[in-house]
Amino acid sequence: MMLRIKRVPTVVSNYQKDEAEEGARHSSGCGRNCFRSCCLPGAKLPLYAFKKVSKVVCGKGSVGTENEEPSIDFLDSLLIGEWEDRMQRGLFRYDVTACETKVIPGEYGFIAQLNEGRHLKKRPTEFRVDKVLQPFDENKFNFTKVGQEEVLFQFEASEDDEVHFFPNAPIDIDNSPSVVAINVSPIEYGHVLLVPRILERLPQRIDHESFLLALYMAAEAGNPYFRLGYNSLGAFATINHLHFQAYYLAAPFPIERAPSKKITTTSGGVKISDILNYPVRGLVFEGGNTLEDLSNVVSDSCICLQENNIPYNVLIADSGKRIFLFPQCYAEKQALGEVSSELLDTQVNPAVWEISGHMVLKRKEDYEEASEENAWRLLAEVSLSEERLQEVKELIFESICCKIEEEIVTPVTLEESDDTPSLMKTLMRLKASNLLWCLCSSIIPFLSSGLWSFMEFSMVPLGFVA
Amino acid sequence: MEPQLGFVEQSFDLRYTGWVREALNDMPDCFTITDPCISGHPIVFASNGFLKMVGYSKDEVIGKNGRIFQGPETDRRAVMEIREAVRAERAVQVSLLNYRKDGTPFWMLFQMCPVFSKEDGRVINFVGVQVPIVLRKTRLSGLGISRNEINLCEDTVLRCCRREVCSDSILELRRESVSSSHDDREVEINEPCDASELEKTKASAAISNILSVLTHYSELTGRLMFLFSVKHCQDWPQLLILLLLFLEHAIHRTDALLPDMPIVYASDAFMKLTGYARHEVLGQNCRFLSGIDTDPTTQFQIKECIRSQQACTVRILNYRKDRTPFWNFLHISPVRNASGKVAFFVGIQIDDHCNYRELHGLRPEMRQLSVVGAVKVAVRSLSMGASTS
Repeated sequence: MMLRIKRVPTVVSNYQKDEAEEGARHSSGCGRNCFRSCCLPGAKLPLYAFKKVSKVVCGKGSVGTENEEPSIDFLDSLLIGEWEDRMQRGLFRYDVTACETKVIPGEYGFIAQLNEGRHLKKRPTEFRVDKVLQPFDENKFNFTKVGQEEVLFQFEASEDDEVHFFPNAPIDIDNSPSVVAINVSPIEYGHVLLVPRILERLPQRIDHESFLLALYMAAEAGNPYFRLGYNSLGAFATINHLHFQAYYLAAPFPIERAPSKKITTTSGGVKISDILNYPVRGLVFEGGNTLEDLSNVVSDSCICLQENNIPYNVLIADSGKRIFLFPQCYAEKQALGEVSSELLDTQVNPAVWEISGHMVLKRKEDYEEASEENAWRLLAEVSLSEERLQEVKELIFESICCKIEEEIVTPVTLEESDDTPSLMKTLMRLKASNLLWCLCSSIIPFLSSGLWSFMEFSMVPLGFVA
Repeated sequence: MEPQLGFVEQSFDLRYTGWVREALNDMPDCFTITDPCISGHPIVFASNGFLKMVGYSKDEVIGKNGRIFQGPETDRRAVMEIREAVRAERAVQVSLLNYRKDGTPFWMLFQMCPVFSKEDGRVINFVGVQVPIVLRKTRLSGLGISRNEINLCEDTVLRCCRREVCSDSILELRRESVSSSHDDREVEINEPCDASELEKTKASAAISNILSVLTHYSELTGRLMFLFSVKHCQDWPQLLILLLLFLEHAIHRTDALLPDMPIVYASDAFMKLTGYARHEVLGQNCRFLSGIDTDPTTQFQIKECIRSQQACTVRILNYRKDRTPFWNFLHISPVRNASGKVAFFVGIQIDDHCNYRELHGLRPEMRQLSVVGAVKVAVRSLSMGASTS
């Protein structure tokens, strides 16, 4: 039996058409400045070359040119700047900052967004969900078909241990560059796709090199509010061309606040823990003597899962210092008809962002009635059972050659962790200030509501005269 | 025992954000800020002007109670009046004989007002402005003073009623001033020195400016700027950043060349280039940068872009405080809050005049866009609501 679900595929590129249309277009030739051999010769794109670092706690990308002071957060600025440029050029299907968003009241702080435009104008398509690894299919949409204007920059390791930026670098076809492209249906500001070695046409499947690249991107951006995510096939990836997603959301995700309980530490110093007190069961990886240690343990685990045909999602948080791994079974349940129609009606696809606590809702009524209970109910369906997770964990630990030694440690919460990003730390310190906190909490409600008259009254400083 | 210096300063920094000290130090006035929540009611901030006037160093003043400036000839009644005002958490204005570090006495007009916390209404600080009184033989009529004083205070109220932190204190200030006008006449008879109208105006203006700065730095914009400017703006001194509050009704006005959008944040680079102090810029409409040779069609272009809630880039002739013109390569863009509505416009200018270098190959235009994006992320995320910690 083959398990399939029907869903509306996400339009990530302006050149992504319905399959039938796509086939017709394909035979008629190109001429649309795509990322394939027909259009690439002579094409140029900015190139950001990052410095390979050995420590996990890595410095932010500092660009060393001449006597220039190293600039912090260069990658961050480059990405946001290029993204805003594409926004002002009108390449996106909608302005995501015009989509309403809110923190759902409650203990966990789930974040809800009403996004009515994301799934319009697309027919539901059948997706096979019972095979995590599927071969690359050139006939289906893939990232070589995007327009070059949708690609922001090339991203690669520097050859000389220094960060470099070339505003106009030729695209080296033989070297198959890794690129960062916009997602034309963003779910938050700065939503991009990292496509490793785009021209190699890799299927959606984790390998060591690609995962390390994603981790470097998180570390290099150096912004805890810029997270990367990965969905395997069967866990709501819709495009079978290797890619990671990323976007900005300057608020903690509920998953980042969940406590954890240490299971073991690998020989490379990577601490592996169970996620506690969260609707989706999973593992957290952090630490490691080098970034590569951390990357290898996580990619080994991912490879183990995909080879065992277990769909999963990955979140790279805290600038690459913490990685969450969630094996999941929602799509399988959905295909088997085990998900309630009430949940299905919301059409929410629990991919990595939803699992992390950022719920993108398509119907106004779901947004207005969004509650912690509803979010929890959906995510609980995503999670493997305790027993099943135990089996999966055994598979994982076997493959990464670790003995599971249950150790009693105090749950590490975000607040307590030493690895808490400095920005967050500072914010938390600020929280100690009663006045500031109170002021902020008193200001935020009227910012988000439409109480303009109040805002006008309280925020207009002196000397405001007509 | 005096509270520890570090602790005292920290108490001040915790109440306000960002560059509040810098902003306060930009101001020429002589003033101190005290914290009644710390035992001994110590001074937590003293302006440069004040330190210069009394001849003490900052470290000799911070953490001390204001009484260290009093001496044998200081009128006990005036001191009692201040003490009573502190206890009753109200404003006060008295003439006071104080002593410099070298022991020389001097007369000054002391005006003090409480700063209330928005949250629980507690008094968190007192701002005390000291205006040196120039001794003179002829005195103004008592009646004249009180009328002027009332007018002045009403003016202050009109200008300040929209504030949130200080609204109460300003109302208090007026009540106090009105009721104390009788005392002034008594004072005039019994005291060797009285403040002139000019000095009182000066004191009131200083108070309102200080409150404006304090309010600004305890408001959203302070927190907001903290979030993004630390990351995106500090390294780029060539970028002048203004955040303008978007007011729905203002865009429908047809008489003004530029819509009314008060400035709620201005970057350090902006201050440096234009020569204004922060308190002179906040609350202003960006029209004040225009001058005689500013092209009205460019202003119209900006107005149209604001009206249609679009981003635009223009080259506009602006004027510094000293009225010298400069070319402003300005990009402005609407910024939406979490409910998806335009809440601000951010204006980012590249200092066209300064010898600009392409830092790390990122074009200045790209950096403008980068700041726009960072502001959008910050505003959207910060206005998302309910903190759940």
